[in-house]
This record gives sequence, C-alpha cells and structure tokens, in this order.
Amino acid sequence: MRHLLAALCAAVMASPALAFVPQDGALGFQPAATRIAERIHVFHHFVLIIIVLITLLVLGLLLWIIMRHNRKANPVPKKFSHNTLIEVIWTVVPALILVAIASQSFPNLYYQDVVPNLQQITDKSDKLIADGKTAQQERFAKDYYPEAAEKGFVNVKAQGNQWNWTYTYPDLVDDSGYPLEFVSNPVHVGISADADNYAGATGRTDFASKPRNLGVDYPMVIPEDRFVRYYTAAADVIHSWAVPAFGVKTDAVPGRLNEGWFLVEEPGVYYGQCSELCGVNHAFMPIEVRVVSQAQFDSWAEFMLAGDYEAAYATVDVFASNEQATQFAAKQ
Amino acid sequence: MPMDEVAIDHHDAHDHKPGFFTRWLFSTNHKDIGTLYLIFALIAGVVGYTLSGLIRWELAEPGIGVMTQFVAGEGDVAIQNAKHFYNTVITYHGLIMIFFMVMPALIGGFGNWFVPLMIGAPDMAFPRMNNISFWLTVAAFVLACISMTVPGGPGNGFGGGWVLYPPLSSTTGHPGPAMDVLILALHTAGIASILGAINFIVTILNMRAPGMTMHKMPLFAWGVLITAVLLLLSLPVLAAALTMLLTDRNFGSQFFSPAGGGDPVMFQHLFWFFGHPEVYIMILPAFGIISHIVSTFSKKPIFGYLGMAYAMVSIGVIGFVVWAHHMYTVGMDVDLKAYFVAATMVIAVPTGIKIFSWIATMWGGSIDFKVPMLWAIGFIFLFTVGGVTGVVLANAGIDHALHDTYYVVAHFHYVLSLGAVFGLFAGWYYWFEKMFGIKYNGVIGGLHFWLMFIGSNVLFFPQHFLGLQGMPRRYIDYADGFATWHMWSSIGYAITLVATLIFFVGLVEAMIRRRKGEANPWGEGATTLEWTLPSPPPFHQFNELPHVTNKGGH
Repeated sequence: MRHLLAALCAAVMASPALAFVPQDGALGFQPAATRIAERIHVFHHFVLIIIVLITLLVLGLLLWIIMRHNRKANPVPKKFSHNTLIEVIWTVVPALILVAIASQSFPNLYYQDVVPNLQQITDKSDKLIADGKTAQQERFAKDYYPEAAEKGFVNVKAQGNQWNWTYTYPDLVDDSGYPLEFVSNPVHVGISADADNYAGATGRTDFASKPRNLGVDYPMVIPEDRFVRYYTAAADVIHSWAVPAFGVKTDAVPGRLNEGWFLVEEPGVYYGQCSELCGVNHAFMPIEVRVVSQAQFDSWAEFMLAGDYEAAYATVDVFASNEQATQFAAKQ
Repeated sequence: MPMDEVAIDHHDAHDHKPGFFTRWLFSTNHKDIGTLYLIFALIAGVVGYTLSGLIRWELAEPGIGVMTQFVAGEGDVAIQNAKHFYNTVITYHGLIMIFFMVMPALIGGFGNWFVPLMIGAPDMAFPRMNNISFWLTVAAFVLACISMTVPGGPGNGFGGGWVLYPPLSSTTGHPGPAMDVLILALHTAGIASILGAINFIVTILNMRAPGMTMHKMPLFAWGVLITAVLLLLSLPVLAAALTMLLTDRNFGSQFFSPAGGGDPVMFQHLFWFFGHPEVYIMILPAFGIISHIVSTFSKKPIFGYLGMAYAMVSIGVIGFVVWAHHMYTVGMDVDLKAYFVAATMVIAVPTGIKIFSWIATMWGGSIDFKVPMLWAIGFIFLFTVGGVTGVVLANAGIDHALHDTYYVVAHFHYVLSLGAVFGLFAGWYYWFEKMFGIKYNGVIGGLHFWLMFIGSNVLFFPQHFLGLQGMPRRYIDYADGFATWHMWSSIGYAITLVATLIFFVGLVEAMIRRRKGEANPWGEGATTLEWTLPSPPPFHQFNELPHVTNKGGH
C-alpha cells in the first residue's frame, strides 16, 4: 500500500496527466466523477444484489436437485405436474421484484436524462431555505447544485467525424462573433508513426504521458462545479460520445442534435472512447475531458480564441494548485 | 408429456429411398432436409467460430498484431488494413452465427426433423417448399461469404457490424459492392426463413395426429410454432429496411440520409423491430428442447405444461414491443425510454416462469445425468445468468453507462452462445441416436460438455468486468487497463476450442464405431412420438396416423 501511494505521489510530481483511466483487473465501474454516475452506481449495485441472489437461488436449487433428486437418491420419480400456488408465487414475486427495481429505475433515468431547468433549481432551493427545510434542501442540493445553477450552463457541442471530435463552445465567441471551435485528434492510432506525428503536429514532448488509445492533442475543457450542457452531432456516420466516469453516453447521429448534461466537482483528466462503430478507426477516436478551475478555463478560452492552442493547452496541463493534485491522487 | 398412450402402425420393408442426387439435392423428405440443415449449420458454425477465434486471438493482448497477418501490406499499411479487416470479422461472425448457424440448426435442423415426428405427421405440409428454403439458405450463405471478398470501400467486405446501421452501411461508409451483395444475401436468407416459417405454421396447425390438440402438443412444437410466427411477422420488416437501404445506396432515395430529409435512426427502429424478435427466434426452439430433455431424464412429466406454452407465447408477443431498448442512447425522448424500460422488464416474468418450471420438473424426479441432461442443466444456469444481466441492461439509466460496452457482449453471449448453443448441443446429443441410428460415446460427450462449460464461462464472464470498467465493443485495440480480462477471455476461447475439437472427435468416433441405436434409449421418461419409431426412423413414417389418446390425464 505504501509503495502504491509513493508511486502515486511520484506520478503527481512527474506528470500532470492524472486521470481516470481504466484500471487493469478491475471488477466494477470507474470511480464516479458526477452525481449522475454516482446514482448509476448506487442503482446498479442495488440491482446487482437482487440478480446475484436470484442466480444463487437458481444455482442452489439446481445443486439441491442434483444431490437429492437423482437416480440413486430417489429411484422412484414423483409424478406431479401442477401446483397452482407455487405457480402463482413465482409469477407474482418476480413481478413485485421488478416493481421494486422500477421504483429506483425511473427516478434515476429522469434525473440523468432530463437537462435540468436551472431557474427552477434556484427557486426551489431558495424556497426550501425560506421554509426552513434544511435537511430537504441538503438532499436537493446533492442532486441539483443550486450554487452552480446560479452560474448558468456551459454549453459544448461535440461533433463526431471519421475519426476525431470537433468541439464547439457557442458561448465563447471571438471578436468577429465566431464561436470557439477546434478539432480534437487522437494521439494514438495504432501505428509506429504515432509519436512522431504527435510531436510534429503539436511540438510537444509529452507523448509518453498520454495513456495509450485514450489521449488527444486538444482536449475538451470545462470548468469545475458548473452545469455542462453538451450536444452531440455527426458529420458522416453515427458516433457516440461517452465518458464512463461521468456516466454519460449519447450517440452523435447525422441530422440530429442530441443533448445531455453533467456537472463535475473534481478537477482532473477524464477519458472516454467512441461508443458506436464508425468505421476503420473506431477504436482510435478517444475523448479527453479536462476539468479545471474557472480561472484556468477562462485563460484557456482566451488563448484558444486568440488562436494560441499550445499556450491554451499549457494552462490546462497543470492543476491550479498542488492541493488539487494531491486530492485527486488520493481519490484514485 | 400429455400423450399417454399411442397407437402405432409399424412400418414394413417398403422403405424406398431415392438415389443419391435425387435424395440429397432434390430432397423433399423432412428428415433428409433436417440432416442437410444440420450439416450446413455445422459448416457455417465452423466458419463463424473461426472468425470469433480471430477476434479473441487479436484481443489476447494490447496492440494490433494478429489481423495484420491476414491483410495486404506491411508495417503501418498492414495495420491500417487490419483495422477494417477486424471490423469485417466481427460483422460476419455475428451474421453467420445468427443467420447460418443457430437458426438453420434449431429451426431448419431440429425443427424439420422433429416437428413432424412429434406431432405425428408424415412430413412437412409443403415438402418442395422445404427444399427451396434449404437451398436458398445455402445460396444466402455463399453470397455472404462472397461479400466478404469483394470491395466494401475501406477494404474488402462490409465492416459495419451485424446491425448494418446507415450511414456506415450506406454509400457514405461503404461505397463498394460488398454491402449490396450482403443485402442480397440477407434478403435471400430472409425469403428462405419466411418460406420455412409458413411451412412450420401450416404443418403444426393442420397436420397434428388425430387426438393431438394444441394443448397436448409437445413444447418443442410450441416453441417452433411461436418462432415461425415471429419470423413471419418480423422478417418482412427487415426486408423492407434492407430494400430501403438498397435503394438509398443505388437509386438515389433518401430514406436514411438526413441530407435528403431521411433519418438514420429510422433504420435502427426498423432493424430492431426485426432484431429483437430475432433473439427470441433463436432461443424459443431451445426452450422447447430443454423442456423435453429435463422431463425425459427426470422421468417426470413437464411441470406446468400450459404455463410453459403460454410463457413462450407471451415472450413472443412482448418481444414485439420492446425493440427500442437496443437504442437507449440514440436520443429518444425520456418518456419513450421509460416505456421501453417497463415493457422490457415485463419479459423477465414469463422467462422466470420457464426457469422455475424446469426446476420444478426436476424436483422429485429420478434424474439420470446423461449427456443431454448435462447440457440442459448447464443451459438453465447459464441462461439465468444471461437473463439477469438483461434485467440490468433493461434499465435505461444503467444502460447509458453500459450500452455498447463488453457488458452487453457478455450478456448476449450468455443467452446466445451459452444459451441457444447449449440448447443446440443438448438437442444434438438428445436426438443423435434417433437421427442417425448410432450411439455417441458418453464419455466424449461429457468431456465436451465440461470443457465447453468451463471454457465459455472463462471466455464470457470477465467481459462483464470489462464492460463495467468502460471497454467499448467492436474495438480492435484497447486501453492498457483492459488487458488482464481480455487475456482471460482469450484463454477461455482456447478452452472452448479444445471442447469443439472433442465434439468432432466424438462425431467421428460414433461414425466409425457405428454402435447400433435403439428406438428409445432414454426409457420411460421419453414420451413424445419420435421415440415410438425405430432409430433412425423409416424414410416415410406415420403412413397410418397415430392416435393420441389421453389416459389418466396430466
């Protein structure tokens, strides 16, 4: 354990690319970075317990039958073929279990699927406080972040192309009124020239710090503690924008504009991968999202709008403070 | 089974078999056509299984290193070609296993062989249409194999997944003729299946022996009947979607092209309106087979026969109204998703009835663990595992995280590769002696089962972990964090490879030794009509129809 921590600390010092990457040999989800993912995990574990119990019940019954109702233990078979009571039970009980699952499923689905109305969040939170219902307000705040709601949405559009993503920030406009828009290319496409291509295109030396098949040259950047409303679109074939740590996955379909939302509290680097077969380089159009402080985000946006992509990258390539980096490492 | 006493007119020596070509190329005999279907499914199965071997070999460790050996070019060129080759391999693995292995084996093979025998009919209702169905299936398979070798666009063959989503399958993604040939192949396979479905429906509704009411009909015949109805209703929708795709590709229509006012998502709706019933098409005949095996080797009548039959009916009906649970991430309205969540979870109820009824059939029985019974018990457990992960995925809230990940791959391989295929092998060993008149070697059959059981679990169980951790489907190469479980998955494949070789060893051993089969090797538990005939049954059976009488009730 100590070695692990030491290794993590070393990683913090050596490289700012701390990230939620898939863990080798892991049995479950990647750590949740949003309330959406947290709720998915809680709900999944609830269903998992139910299905494990059902599977164990079936396994136990089968083993019992194999031991007790075989030819040696029970030479003369019984001849019954009906029992109305038990048939009613095994119809009604599963139905009730499904109702129990559904009772968790629908609130969970509506929470993650409906982009919240920020004005309503603020109003409701204010009303709960005014009414003195603090406990209720705290529960509400856990899901709906009234403080973040006051700041409005950060809007980002992710457009899938064969085989990279174009990110557009409609609210960040340059002097001529054009929104910030840039292409996010994969660092790795599985060929031997990957390192040279990356260095040649960006002039950077951090190829080794990019996790294989996950890193991109210009990541999507969002501020921490802000409601993010993302849109997905596609230029050619269907793609799917997904970040496992956020618990989001939305197809990018030509001719459609899909939307979703999330809010990340912890700054860090989060990775996802295209999740709809899109042709030859389907495995090589990763998604990299950097969650940074508002100040970092603002300076990143300024550099990006000015056309200085490398300077912009440098501003989001480090954590705002050592404290943040340590927190992040501890969470890993 | 419901029939307790059966009067049989025994068949004498007037068993005139036609010559080789007439018998096997122009065959109109349901048993010969069944045998042809089984041989065909074995061949297609070997092809599909080899393709899956390529997939597991490539994914055994990170990086692209295996597929490059099968494509032109060297170095980075080979890697670029390998990426498309991998996509074609997964595509044709899925299509071949579904359309040319599971369906021909369960419906064409066992359905043709045993539906007429079980319902006491001399043959299928339309014997020559039966022949057309078979040879169209062969033609479709040949076309599918050809389409692998003609230019698709990025390389030879179509590499857009078995779901054929446009625009990847339209000229945007695959401008070459491979997709057009594949559409022709699937149209042909669809026509073959529709003709076969009509044949089964007519046979089962009109040609049951006197006294065999629908509520006395063996459950395998029930399974095939419901399957045939599903095929009849769903395949025309696939044919429509394929035709629209064909005209989009070649004649300037814009059904799925947003530039012309079309919508790619409409194809997904049409496809899954076929595709979801299709998964029940693959499993319902296996349900029937498992019921007979469980009853035979427990020496007990099937528990809750009517419940079992109507559970299959309701699975078939509900199967038509849940299709969009395959599309939770396309951008549907949340209320629509909520509906599909509810409808999908309802299917767990009749499925649960089936599982528990099989268990109740065994309860109090005097179980003989012959090879078919091993496969049947394996089926029940593994189908349960695959079924409960289906309940997880039914919840759109969780599916947003798991859609298009290896969790889904694990889920549907548990219900198909370990469900339908275990049902298939169960039926194979159950009816082997009846069909071919020779006995298989029980030790080899048992070894086949145990290696397959262990191997396929090692193969598919770790894929749940990969999916939860976020590993997307249809990836030729993956992030390093997925390496361990992919390696285990490939080890599992190697074990199933040994099991498959043992299966063929057992087949060859039985063919060489030719131990003479009995009419009914399973004893008192085997009560359906096929066991009243010699093994193999005469070329024409039931020239005088058997009378099914009900003595003592069930």
